[in-house]
Amino acid sequence: MLDLSSVLSLAAGAPLDARVRIVAVIVTAVMLGVVLELVRRRRLIERYALLWMVVALVLLVLAVWNQLLAHVSHAIGIEVPANALFIAGLAVAFLMLLHFSVITSRLSEETKILAQEIARLDAEARAARAAGTNGDAANGHSEKPAEQEAEAQPGSSARTPDQ
Amino acid sequence: MARDHHQLRKLAIVPAYNEQGMVGRVVRDIHRQAPDFDVVVIDDGSVDNTAAEAQASGAVVVRHPFNLGIGGAMQSGFKYALRNDYDVAAQVDGDGQHKPAHLEDLLAKLHTSGDEADMVCGSRFRGDPGYKVPIGRRVGNLIFSVVLTAITRRRITDPTSGFRITNRRGIELFARDYPHDYPEVEAILMLHAHRLRLHEVPVRMNARGFGKSSIDYPRSAYYMAKVLLALFIGLFRRRPTPIEEPPDTSEGTAPGAAVSGAREAPRGG
Repeated sequence: MLDLSSVLSLAAGAPLDARVRIVAVIVTAVMLGVVLELVRRRRLIERYALLWMVVALVLLVLAVWNQLLAHVSHAIGIEVPANALFIAGLAVAFLMLLHFSVITSRLSEETKILAQEIARLDAEARAARAAGTNGDAANGHSEKPAEQEAEAQPGSSARTPDQ
Repeated sequence: MARDHHQLRKLAIVPAYNEQGMVGRVVRDIHRQAPDFDVVVIDDGSVDNTAAEAQASGAVVVRHPFNLGIGGAMQSGFKYALRNDYDVAAQVDGDGQHKPAHLEDLLAKLHTSGDEADMVCGSRFRGDPGYKVPIGRRVGNLIFSVVLTAITRRRITDPTSGFRITNRRGIELFARDYPHDYPEVEAILMLHAHRLRLHEVPVRMNARGFGKSSIDYPRSAYYMAKVLLALFIGLFRRRPTPIEEPPDTSEGTAPGAAVSGAREAPRGG
């Protein structure tokens, strides 16, 4: 066991393979490009684009600046820098998912409020229309007082209260 | 026929979010100092008595069921202006920072009948700002000013100023499309992309009368990043130009007719 850990500690702090770094740079570049294109096409608003751009930039910095990754992984007690990158990636992905769950919750709350408001307005509009057409049938224009309207049966007292 | 300067229907849009202490005074000041402006207060989901105060002071109140932010509030105002056939719409913030007495200055610069300007912005930095503008605001404003001046080839000194007035073309544009948050700077780029013209006039503003600015320290970093990103992306966006090219067509027909004809133009895509 002791031997194994000493072997691992030799590997600790070893920089990422150059190929891995090139791949990471390409991936982040593509990610940035896709995000910018989505904003340009108005599929993504700037607020969320900035979030993804920050993530991509952090990835890029960690991929290019090897020492930083080694330092960070050492500081949090992870021997293999690549593992630190995995952990960090997982944590960020988890936080973003949580963040979007919060946003989804807010959106569904707002959708509910909108539906309720529209339903209320619809009911009011129909009530107003019903009152309006009754008034029209009764006396030609709907500006007459409500107490007359309430008594008057539409049709029976048509045209009488016009004076 | 083009309407005479005094027959124009003019609207002051007052976006207000939890401004119960100020909004009534703002509305009364507009009525007193710019009496030919109608006033609509956009209550952007306030949880205080903003709507009641605005109503009591004689404004039409448009209430949002929840907070949409200043961009959504202003767009509601432009939609209201479009629907109610206003020729001119101004923004006067509900926090009392903008002095309604300047509305006449903005309006004078905005010749809706001519082609001189489609929007006029009140600038704090073409004269005495009227109050001490915090240094952070000045720096941020300067950065946007340099970027926008380079893009539009027009000297823009106060792109973050919300104290603005626009004509029918601006109303139509912004009713259809207006930035979500921190919209002022991006709106200038939109104007430019749609070949509408912008002018500035010097104004003085009040230090905020009530409450604090909605833009605190962490938000100002977001503000800078968001607006710079929006400006950058905006350069690569194809814009549906809503109005036919005005300069050549305006000589034969009356400008009012030109605008109403353009209203039937295809709505972009």
